[in-house]
Amino acid sequence: MEKNQYLDMFIEESREHVQSINEHLLQLETDPNNKDLIGEIFRSAHTLKGMAATMGYEEITNLTHQMENVLDGIRNDTYEANTILIDVVFESVDYIEKMVEDIALGGDGTADVQSVLEKLCEFERNGAVKEIAAVLEAPSIDTETFDDFELTVIAQSVEQGYVPFNVEVTLREDCILKAARVVMIFDVLEQVGEVIKTNPPVEKLEDEQFDNSFSLTILSTKTSDELNERIFKVSEVEKVVVTEIDLDSKKEDEGQQEAKQIEQIKQVETKKSNEKEAVKSTSGNKTIRVNIDRLDALMNLFEELVIDKGRLEQIADELNNNELTDTVEHMTRISADLQSIILTMRMVPVEQVFNRFPRMVRGLAKDLNKQVQLKVVGQETELDRTVIDEIGDPLVHLLRNSIDHGVETPGERIKRGKPEQGTIQLHAYHSGNHVFIEVSDDGAGIDTNNVLSKAIKKGVVTEESSKTLTEAQIYDLLFSSGLSTREEISDVSGRGVGLDVVKSKIESLGGSVTITSSQGQGTTFSVQLPLTLSIISVMLVEVGVEKYAIPLSSIIETAIIKKEDILRAHNQQVIDFRGRVVPLISLKKIFDTPTDLEKGEEEYLSVVVVRKGEKMAALIVDSFIGQQEIVLKALGSYLSQVFAISGATILGDGEVALIIDCNTIIK
Amino acid sequence: MSVLQSQKVIVFQLGEEEYGVGVEQVKSIERVQTVTRVPNTASFIKGVINLRGVVTPILDLRMRFNIQEREYNNQTRVIIVTVDDMEVGLIVDAANDVMDINQDNIEPPPEVVGGIEADYLNGVAKLEKRLLILLNLNKVLSKAELEELKTIEAKS
Repeated sequence: MEKNQYLDMFIEESREHVQSINEHLLQLETDPNNKDLIGEIFRSAHTLKGMAATMGYEEITNLTHQMENVLDGIRNDTYEANTILIDVVFESVDYIEKMVEDIALGGDGTADVQSVLEKLCEFERNGAVKEIAAVLEAPSIDTETFDDFELTVIAQSVEQGYVPFNVEVTLREDCILKAARVVMIFDVLEQVGEVIKTNPPVEKLEDEQFDNSFSLTILSTKTSDELNERIFKVSEVEKVVVTEIDLDSKKEDEGQQEAKQIEQIKQVETKKSNEKEAVKSTSGNKTIRVNIDRLDALMNLFEELVIDKGRLEQIADELNNNELTDTVEHMTRISADLQSIILTMRMVPVEQVFNRFPRMVRGLAKDLNKQVQLKVVGQETELDRTVIDEIGDPLVHLLRNSIDHGVETPGERIKRGKPEQGTIQLHAYHSGNHVFIEVSDDGAGIDTNNVLSKAIKKGVVTEESSKTLTEAQIYDLLFSSGLSTREEISDVSGRGVGLDVVKSKIESLGGSVTITSSQGQGTTFSVQLPLTLSIISVMLVEVGVEKYAIPLSSIIETAIIKKEDILRAHNQQVIDFRGRVVPLISLKKIFDTPTDLEKGEEEYLSVVVVRKGEKMAALIVDSFIGQQEIVLKALGSYLSQVFAISGATILGDGEVALIIDCNTIIK
Repeated sequence: MSVLQSQKVIVFQLGEEEYGVGVEQVKSIERVQTVTRVPNTASFIKGVINLRGVVTPILDLRMRFNIQEREYNNQTRVIIVTVDDMEVGLIVDAANDVMDINQDNIEPPPEVVGGIEADYLNGVAKLEKRLLILLNLNKVLSKAELEELKTIEAKS
């Protein structure tokens, strides 16, 4: 069978279900009596099981099946959803996730699930004396009695006026040709309705592989008495019990077995209808799944278009033809609209990254014997897909950092008069052309003296210079490599990336990270990220004979200053810019640009005032060319680290211009 | 002569010598076009060019191997090579041939050939009247090497 075409779908949906199980389990932990949550988890597990079985992944099937059993126990109040149990379920979900990822990577989705299976089985055995009894009584009737298809059939026929009956037939002990009787019974029943299910299955009945009784489900328009009569017409029938499977009310008098069965059918039914409602509510907002590769291709093509547009604008300028200029202007507007559409198409909610954090925080807090509550705010904030893919690891590290260094142990917290449970807030929000993500804790805050003494010890700063540092500068020291305020290395901090890597990663995405902290109150790491990476607005400038692009996001303003306005301070040229002393930097010197010798010394200087956080600098350029939308391109991996250059772009005339990285120029 | 044991190489000229690089590493051969200088890089890195929409770094092989630099002319070519997922253009005096070289004709490199250290060479192929120097591009373009050269230049 050709499975491949379904494989992607399977992986995708499995991931979704694993995620939803995780989410609901976390909620369940805080609200263990919520039956709806268990229902949700059960439904996801059930779907997973069905899909895995269809695809032939046995381990996933087994594991989900066992999980279902345990969940069923919780649902029937056989046992409680305590932490130990939830832990085990979490563990099983981890295994499932691993197997799904393995399949996604082309593996066969096998894993050693024996240990966790055992654990699940144990719960089932220990917690379920009551249930075992029930199961013994009705060994083959459980929720699986009706599969989805059968349920649909039942539901449809009820709508058409058919009534579903459960028929128990007992043959006489001395009946010789049991199979023949079965066939005869079926015969009479098929005349008045449709048999949709038998127990044991038809094949076994025909092989006489049953005792003296069997049951079947029939859809019929006749009453139960009529059915009863008809069956009794077949000889050697000892007893017939016909029960209407009533989907609305339970029939008390038909014994526990039927009652249980009906109840279960009802549960399944409600499950079905819930699902239908869910489908209804989502169908209002029509979406399609598109492979990210296609979006990338679209983006690339659009980038080419932007370059051509730049070229056209240039030509139109030169030719000065009104019609052409009009058309080009119109095209410019359309391409701006097109750009915003393409960019929003690539936007995904940060939820995608955030939703794995609750699990991680929970596990980590447990490992460290701390009590931590994670509050997530603004998970619907959208970011470009490329940023989303990269931002996960740095955020994981910041969270780890907050749990390990920020939040104190419960004992300490009580001593300080704080609630035992620490709170970490993950807050995402839009502001201008940026998205901010803040990780804040209500922990001990940063001890600046401690940081300073560490930094001096490690030789990051000298003792003298340390005295002049502002608070923000001291916090910044935390990002320098080789600095950890922790005495002992735990396996939490020091695993994977350090804060210095976090910083460089975020900066490579065109973002920045800042710390604010107040002692005893907590610490906030604020990450600022650009909305998108690939198309930015820049100011093109000329330096010597070369053209450079300065991102508009870091420009405060452009100005023309007189030579005599240049002041000197600390052996550095500075200017007075709106009451602030701003260092003057010659791009010519930094880039060692060859100059046109014919141009003499000029009276006036063109400067671009740029900023990085609070700091500013004025860059001397030869002339301004203008503002332009450009497509950001890498310099090629051979030139990954060039001082003060963050990338390149292709201009309208096909030439390459370099993009200035103001963050590295301002030290 | 067995086909299995032969290797296809692109032959190019640098000064007096002829060099070869495996054809599987060569993506295309281009004429010299406008190069945008990238400041603060090693001197042999001429800059970047727009290669059909892709910004590609270009280096001058003459300067890389400390051979006297010379003006580009009609013969000057840029060989675009792919090494470790990096695309880099190499400026050479001329690129003139594609050749099959029998493995048997390749000898280990002598200490120094045409001023290039043996480290950068895969070997020397002896053809009827010519000598073909086979370059080890992975070494020539290694990033570690680039860092090293940068620091040396910074000091001098």
